[in-house]
Amino acid sequence: MPTELLAAELISGREALSVDRCLELLRIMIRARVMEERLIKMSKSGQGHFWIGGPGEEAFNAALGLQVRKGQGPLYDYLHLHYRNSATLIAMGMPLIEGVRQMAMTATDTHSLGRNFISHWAKAEWNVIPVTSVIEVQYVMAPGTALVQKRAGGEGVSIVVGGDAGTAEGDFASCMIWSTRPGNELPVLMVVTNNSYGISTPACSQHAEKHIIDRGKAFGIRGEVVDGNDPIASWHAISRALQYCRNTRRPFMLEAHVSRLYGHSSSSGALRVKNEVCCIEQFEKKLLDSGLVETAVIEQLHDDALAEIEQAVEQVMKEPMPRPEDVEKYTYAPSEVDAVYPHDYTGLPR
Amino acid sequence: MATLVQAVRLALHYGEEHLGVTDIFGEDVGPPLGGVFTATQGLRTAWNSPLDERGIIGMAMGIAYAGGRPVAEIQFCDYGFNTIDLLKVAGNQRWAGAGNYSLPMVVMTPSGSGIRGSLYHSHSFESWASRLAGWKIVMPSNALDAYGLMLSAIKDPNPVMVLLPKALLRVRGEQRIPGEPEDDAELKDRIDAPVGDRSQWKPRWPDVQPYFVPLGVGSLVREGDDVTVISYGRTLPLCVQAADEVQRETGKSIDVIDLRSIFPYDWKMISQSVEKTGRVLLVNEDTEVTNFGEHLLRRIIDEQFYDLLVRPRLLAGKHVPGIGLNQIYEQNTVPQLREIKRELLAVATEAA
Repeated sequence: MPTELLAAELISGREALSVDRCLELLRIMIRARVMEERLIKMSKSGQGHFWIGGPGEEAFNAALGLQVRKGQGPLYDYLHLHYRNSATLIAMGMPLIEGVRQMAMTATDTHSLGRNFISHWAKAEWNVIPVTSVIEVQYVMAPGTALVQKRAGGEGVSIVVGGDAGTAEGDFASCMIWSTRPGNELPVLMVVTNNSYGISTPACSQHAEKHIIDRGKAFGIRGEVVDGNDPIASWHAISRALQYCRNTRRPFMLEAHVSRLYGHSSSSGALRVKNEVCCIEQFEKKLLDSGLVETAVIEQLHDDALAEIEQAVEQVMKEPMPRPEDVEKYTYAPSEVDAVYPHDYTGLPR
Repeated sequence: MATLVQAVRLALHYGEEHLGVTDIFGEDVGPPLGGVFTATQGLRTAWNSPLDERGIIGMAMGIAYAGGRPVAEIQFCDYGFNTIDLLKVAGNQRWAGAGNYSLPMVVMTPSGSGIRGSLYHSHSFESWASRLAGWKIVMPSNALDAYGLMLSAIKDPNPVMVLLPKALLRVRGEQRIPGEPEDDAELKDRIDAPVGDRSQWKPRWPDVQPYFVPLGVGSLVREGDDVTVISYGRTLPLCVQAADEVQRETGKSIDVIDLRSIFPYDWKMISQSVEKTGRVLLVNEDTEVTNFGEHLLRRIIDEQFYDLLVRPRLLAGKHVPGIGLNQIYEQNTVPQLREIKRELLAVATEAA
């Protein structure tokens, strides 16, 4: 291999990624972190209320978002996410202002019209299924989109993401069973971002299984455990997993060990945790140590992200709030066969 | 005439051929059984699922998200209670997601008593279901309405739950479904799977025609001036019978409203009838605490108090944990003809 190509890559273990791709990932990770930290601030300043999100999962989530086949309909990937996936959406191209709008509960929030908690994304044009606070329900929906994808032909995958604690719910088992019905196996990528906690409860106090992916073995579901704080390792693990689902039209399970850098949510104070690995600091050090990237480049990424978020906040503060008459909006889709609600819900039947 | 369950099957067939139904599924829904009540025999898109109600509802949601048109069955509504949060989520997806998605899905499930089903095959579900905002809930009491409501449920682009009154599933209709053969034996021969080996059997579907019962439109089954009776499902035919007997015996004429849609309900029909008669009896068999009928009663009292001549009444199932197997239990837990007639007489004859 020519030396100039080798020189342009960053190595992690046996794997490598081009410096360009690494910088692309780092930029997304930084923008996601800057957004989350600003959202936390908003939750405390009164510009928003409750905060929950994904600081600590940026490396994995950014690598995931960049590899999603983005579009609408069964030929593209479906995303059944949980509430720590903001970096995935940002990697797919979501501007930071959309997060600010949801936090500020404005009428311009296209994900929930100011109704849902932050990080509860919904975007039909990218097949992003509405995120719910209800843990693990996304795992029973993923086989449904995957069934339609398998029939449609093409290589679309249903990507479902949740945490480690949620895998105790029966819905996780349902996903394995429905994705492996003999003769009807489905292209579901089951991702577990394992941060070792369920709110305050350590996983090791509740779970005896060594790896969550071990549970897939009984169903013949292949799996891999990856260091989700390492964007290079994550990139390749996701690439392999998606390729497997795209080619074989069968499920795959990916367990990514990640950090949780601001606790569970506002409910635990959203305070910075000091004793867990920060994927951004670690990756920046790696880039600098390689000698391939200069400090100024990284500083610029931070400055740009901060400028973007401040501009977004300033803009959103001028945007309108939902109106009282919006309470019922979008309850029902228009129907030709409903005599009472032909357009939408309008209060009790009259 | 087709039975109610045959009507459901014909509607699902029409849905597969003309309304884009892609999947009819649930426990024992596909061949060889075609549903424990035979509702899905012979259907082209019917398939068997794992014994997992949460998986069934989630699968329906996923199919609907991806552009399919699913009809999922929960084998008995008694087994749908572990899906209640998923039903809630299905009902809120369009609202919570600012209109990003609508969920065109149908869930059908047999509901109520009347087949000696004991504790776990006799529950009613409509009061629970009526609390699921974002859903539409229907419950037919005859074959033609079952056909027409199922077609509307499929056509509607929102989650719709079709509650099927277990006790009436094998009752023949009094009106013919458009396109249904005139001879009952011929219909049976064409669409009922044979007993025994049915591996080679194929249905010969009659060319049934579109017939939509709009959601939110009740049916005035008997028309009168003196009393309003509002019911649906299993108790509806009992109310009709009681009304006919009371009219014969007392000369009082009675509006009997078959609600058909639990939500949205036909408030116009209820309201106009109450205004006319001033006497109201609501009848259903769900348990009486936080019963759907209480909601209608509340609206009648709130909005039409001064139209009432006597106190309005709700006759419902007893608030006990279940229905016992011995028929003594069932007959004394959910409304039977004799109580309905007694209440109807009381409301009809009470001095104003």
